[in-house]
Amino acid sequence: MSDVMTKRTAKAALGPYGRVGHVLNELDDRVGSAKARNLLDKIFPDHWSFMLGEIALYSFVIIMVTGTFLTLYYVPSQTVVTYRGSYAPLDGIKVSQAFASSVDLTFGVRGGLLMRQMHHWACDIFLGAMVVHMARVFFTGAFRKPRELNYTIGTTLLTLGIVNGFLGYSLPDDLVSGTGLRIAFSILESIPVVGTYLAFFIFGGNFPGTAVIPRFFILHVLLIPGIITAMVGAHLFLLVRQKHTQFPGPGRTEKNVVGTPMFPVFMGKTTGYLFIVTGVTALLGAFTQINPIWLFGPYDAAKISYAVQPDWYMGFLDGALRIAPSWQTNNFGHTIPWTVTFPALILPGIIFGIAYAWPSLERKFTGDYEMHNLLDRPSEVPVRTAAGAALLSFVVWLFIASSTDVIANFMHLSLNDVLWFMRVTTFIVPVVTYIVTLKICQEMRGADGSGRRKTPSLVTRTAEGEYLSTAAPYHEEMEHHEESAVPVPTFLVQHEVPLSNGVRTVERADVPNRRKAATPLSPAFESGDVLTEAPNHQEMGDYEDGSVLVPTFLVEEDLPDGGAVRTIER
Amino acid sequence: MSTNEEHRTPVSLSNISENDPRMQPAAKNPDRVERWIALMFLAGFVGFAGFGWAYWVDAAPWILGSTVGFAFSLIGIGVVAWGKYLMPKGPFVEERHDMRSTDEERDALAAAIIQRGGGVIKRRPMLGALLGGGLGVFGIVALFPVLRSLGPLPGKTLTGTDWKKGSYLVLQDGRRVHVNDFKIAEAVTVFPEGFEETPNGQAVDQTIIIRLDTQDFTTKKGRETWGPAGYVAYSKLCSHLGCPVGLYEQQLQMLVCPCHQSMFDVTVGAQPNFGPAPRPLPQLPLFIDKEGYLRSQSDYLEPVGPGYWERS
Repeated sequence: MSDVMTKRTAKAALGPYGRVGHVLNELDDRVGSAKARNLLDKIFPDHWSFMLGEIALYSFVIIMVTGTFLTLYYVPSQTVVTYRGSYAPLDGIKVSQAFASSVDLTFGVRGGLLMRQMHHWACDIFLGAMVVHMARVFFTGAFRKPRELNYTIGTTLLTLGIVNGFLGYSLPDDLVSGTGLRIAFSILESIPVVGTYLAFFIFGGNFPGTAVIPRFFILHVLLIPGIITAMVGAHLFLLVRQKHTQFPGPGRTEKNVVGTPMFPVFMGKTTGYLFIVTGVTALLGAFTQINPIWLFGPYDAAKISYAVQPDWYMGFLDGALRIAPSWQTNNFGHTIPWTVTFPALILPGIIFGIAYAWPSLERKFTGDYEMHNLLDRPSEVPVRTAAGAALLSFVVWLFIASSTDVIANFMHLSLNDVLWFMRVTTFIVPVVTYIVTLKICQEMRGADGSGRRKTPSLVTRTAEGEYLSTAAPYHEEMEHHEESAVPVPTFLVQHEVPLSNGVRTVERADVPNRRKAATPLSPAFESGDVLTEAPNHQEMGDYEDGSVLVPTFLVEEDLPDGGAVRTIER
Repeated sequence: MSTNEEHRTPVSLSNISENDPRMQPAAKNPDRVERWIALMFLAGFVGFAGFGWAYWVDAAPWILGSTVGFAFSLIGIGVVAWGKYLMPKGPFVEERHDMRSTDEERDALAAAIIQRGGGVIKRRPMLGALLGGGLGVFGIVALFPVLRSLGPLPGKTLTGTDWKKGSYLVLQDGRRVHVNDFKIAEAVTVFPEGFEETPNGQAVDQTIIIRLDTQDFTTKKGRETWGPAGYVAYSKLCSHLGCPVGLYEQQLQMLVCPCHQSMFDVTVGAQPNFGPAPRPLPQLPLFIDKEGYLRSQSDYLEPVGPGYWERS
């Protein structure tokens, strides 16, 4: 009986980390969890643009939570019933069960309207955050090797998000969503050879049928969210495995990652971020009406409302359908309505095809097969930035084209003029965007001090009331830190580098998978020179006329043959 | 290097001492930041409690949303501030490791797959072929029942409607349309009598009639008898994407589709003269019977709605 333990001895027996330590040890006995400690030490780089993907992730969490709430009340059925629910203006009207239950969960369930609006808002935010996140990844070159696979997963997530968004807003079976379904049916019909079969199989017969809503429901709540969840998991796994990219900066190299540790700093901040996204979505749900199906009324195939538009992420397709010319072909007894097939199917195929293919296209054209963990500033890579901006402007212009009728009404213009304006400018805008972006990037790259922290000026007032502006005293933290940057691919820079500034194209002998890179050399470098140390930024960039500032370096390790450099004449 | 510079140099998290300046919080005045964060959390606490109260008393949706929304936002800002200002400021650094495995590891994997796995199949090629063939056949035949059972084949469904010779034109509520019912420039949606009984009647049969004149109206050559007493009837399904062409612009005598703004001139056989629609709307031939009711001479002579492959 002497080994009766007091509280004190029991606590001592648990070891220095107490009860929590005990639980952790028990867990480690079984699964070896202590080996995962380095996950807690993982370093995450800090930059505001890295949180765009987090917005997407957290709005997806909100979609899942609010969506689950909605499924508790929604009835996915097109069976026609007489409405006798909580929304009096519709009393006695014949509606589908899907519509009746959607209206009833809005007004008859506590918090129902809030949950429905939050669900819809979270979806719009999800898609928006994905697009902006993708733009960040694109313009900073984060998709480059080794992250092409994760870029592909991300692009697929965007397409799945668009598809699931469409399926979701079709479910309430209101007048606007029914019109969207009618259009979807007609787009399927427009596919050559198999179109009508596909449409009939998906809709279970001719439009509208009674099968489409139950079918879309199970796709919307189970199949596609399941795939999205799995792919988000893969996306995050690859992110952790490959470690996050970082912008160049003090102490940052291709071979390290600088930032704050996963636990507790990053975890704390990101959890707070989840709360903020949730809070903002709730506020949007509380104060801004979205998709008021009770005002649209139930779907009736013979009815239509003015200014019918899909959710924003489908807008570019609607715009393309509006401005497409009325072309169709009729050969050998078969009709192909190109006016539908092209804008609704081929065009998005081209847009997403370019997005999917970009990493391999860039690898191929630049010959850059290197690993990249440091990000580009968009201005450093004018061609990529200009191409991305052009594609983006094209899609945005199509989006604007989806409201030709509203624009015409609002600005008191003829619809005809607006349509023709959009038809023509859709081709001009991307070209202009490309040229302007390219020029801006080139100017920025050459400009002295671009991308550097501005030096503040000190404004003082004299006794006479005169204001004087002088440069603020030098402060170490203001100093611009330039780290050895990554070689910029030839294709992207060579034609902007004037030869007269002592810049020559250097063929890098025996460097695998890299054909050539344009490199500014100070006149001191000659053919056959062996570079033993990387020239620093000052030597490289400061030309007399200050016109060239190419952050390109030759590093000894890039030249396995001992660093022999052969210059070739151009 | 100045001390300031030293503190900016990233350091590895392992073996760092607790007293290292990089382990200190980023805030210049942590106590003040702590008080602000405490205030945020307190407000969040009140907000959540308010949400509970609002739910209990069944308050308006905006009260539910604003209480929970402000609570989450404030607590979130507080937590972010905690992480940003009160936790070790760093910067910390971690080495990246090459994704690439060693050559030995690569070879070992390739050997395992190709030699061990491939060897098994090579030794028994017939079994491999049969297994592959069997599963392949299943894959192909499984497609048929899975796809085919989803819906009926289109067949003739798309080519005709429920309009027949002598069908009465009725309004949505079932009333027959009489020749004296409408004045000039009025338009209305009609269906063939009995459309409620057909599965897709509402969607396929919808027709818009417009009275253009009091005399018979010819929209096109060969359609001299189709517009009795100025009534002309067109399919209401847009030839672009099947939206109901529900707007009638009286001044221009045009039908306008609200979806993509195709316009159809009703005086010349609903010929499209604006927008993406590639074809005219099919016209329904009408006649007026002895009692003065509008009826159809026949079904539409061409398929209604948008274009598709089998349409000639």
